[in-house]
Amino acid sequence: MTTTMTLAQAQQDLVDEFAMFTDWQDRYEHLIELGKDLPLIAPENKVDTNLVRGCQSRVWLNAEMKNDLVHFTADSDAMITKGIVALLVRVYNDRAPQEILGASTDFIDRIGLREHLSPNRANGLSAMLDQMKRYALAYSSKS
Amino acid sequence: MKTKAAPVAKSTFNVEEIRAQFPILKELVHGKPLVYFDNGATSQKPRRVIKAESTYYATINANVHRGVHTLSTKATEAQEAAREAIRKHINAKHAHEAIFTSGTTAGINLAATSLGQLLLKPGDVVVISGMEHHSNIVPWQLACERHGAVLKVIPITESGEWDGQLADELICQLANCKILAISHVSNTLGTINPVKKLIALAKKKGITTVVDGAQAIAHLDVDVQDLGCDLYAFSGHKAYGPTGTGVLYGREELLSRMPPWQGGGEMIDTVTLEKSTWAKLPFKFEAGTPHIAGIIGLGEAISWMEDYDKSAMAAHEHVLLEHATKELLAIDGLRIIGTAKEKVGVISFVIDGVHHYDLGTLLDQQGIAVRTGHHCTQPLMDRFGVSGTTRASFACFNTIAEVDAMVAGVKKAVKMLR
Ligand SMILES: Cc1ncc(COP(=O)(O)O)c(C=O)c1O
Repeated sequence: MTTTMTLAQAQQDLVDEFAMFTDWQDRYEHLIELGKDLPLIAPENKVDTNLVRGCQSRVWLNAEMKNDLVHFTADSDAMITKGIVALLVRVYNDRAPQEILGASTDFIDRIGLREHLSPNRANGLSAMLDQMKRYALAYSSKS
Repeated sequence: MKTKAAPVAKSTFNVEEIRAQFPILKELVHGKPLVYFDNGATSQKPRRVIKAESTYYATINANVHRGVHTLSTKATEAQEAAREAIRKHINAKHAHEAIFTSGTTAGINLAATSLGQLLLKPGDVVVISGMEHHSNIVPWQLACERHGAVLKVIPITESGEWDGQLADELICQLANCKILAISHVSNTLGTINPVKKLIALAKKKGITTVVDGAQAIAHLDVDVQDLGCDLYAFSGHKAYGPTGTGVLYGREELLSRMPPWQGGGEMIDTVTLEKSTWAKLPFKFEAGTPHIAGIIGLGEAISWMEDYDKSAMAAHEHVLLEHATKELLAIDGLRIIGTAKEKVGVISFVIDGVHHYDLGTLLDQQGIAVRTGHHCTQPLMDRFGVSGTTRASFACFNTIAEVDAMVAGVKKAVKMLR
């Protein structure tokens, strides 16, 4: 689904989706649902070397190159964190490294989860984003 | 604990009257009334404390112990009045036994560095307990490393208490144990440790005793002479005072023998380029300009606490603890970590299938502030086989209605997460 959209469109899509919720509970329930729908990470990729540093819960993030696009898989032991990483995967998955590196991250503010998703150490959102960009950078210098 | 003679009548404890003195309690979080249950991390401040700090800046701001001018004299007097208030509060013999620090962490680092230099030789032993905050572990690890000493740990029981027998054995059987460093109250479990008994035992063996009082000072009547400890560290900000303040109490005789920790202005007597001599206590340990405004605020926090009957405050917090314990235990799959008989108002728990981070986030959405994670006690988390807990820690301004709000909040969160 996301592959037919540009990265910016995928971001806007999420912003529109979250705009439907007026209540914190609905927003979080949706976020938790997104986490539940996140495709399973392969067991061999759920390893310590794929842990994202700087999160209070454990987050695994794996990246590989498929057809010149960065393919992300992820998991977390906390449901909200898993929802957050699912949001990021939905936006950044299967994109060219350059597109990932050039993308703005302001959709996080616009998603209406801003005060909760503001980059802080506890939820590690910025750590996850940084990690995705580091992978993209590594692949862009290889290609 | 021993009660001290009260020269003036104490104000009666009325939680609504107390709450009215804490401006922050009127704040809304995510549009909901703030329920602040993270007092173990830092307590909120009464208006008197906030005002004491700003009045200092507005009217007498000057450096202490330096100038001959009026403001400097006034600032010095105000700071030293705070020291005296602290002396009285912890029943130290002399005001100069109270060294101002930036907090418990700084106090313990001072203790570990200076005592290490004074006492530790290769093969010596430092004993701590398995429930210590990282602040009372890492400085001792560093000291042991520097001097070739060994760190030994008192094991913790399933209920979250020292294993009393093993503690006694450690103290009695180790020929070369030089330092015992233990917490008065556990920040994660709430356990009030029988420090007095172990200190008495250590004393008989000539062991120097250091107490981490970070979690005790706001909740117990701390009497350092009655405890018999050599050093006692606490933070101002966990006892209704400003951040960046703290005290290291030390027995005069020991402090006089301890080498200084940091060098600089204020802590010297004479300086030549070859050698310096140290100022008298407490200044030997107070290099540089102290946090004068904070210290004055801390003095105010102490006298604010002194205005109330500490046992009435403690009784109120105990009611909150008992109520929270009963209500939380009714939640399916919830387990309390730390079930000692003697506890302050701290309640740490885990819930099957619920990550503490998720729970903390969803409570925050409901205006409820709790702490989640390992609480700077990773060895203790390992002991209980958990990656972290959710912790509610109460202060005198908290209410039963707030406990009920938290319990309802936990139930709502669990429903969303399961
Ligand atoms: C038991 C204990 N010791 C030490 C500390 C460190 O105190 P501070 O951060 O004020 O230096 C804390 C604070 O969380 C604590 O709970």
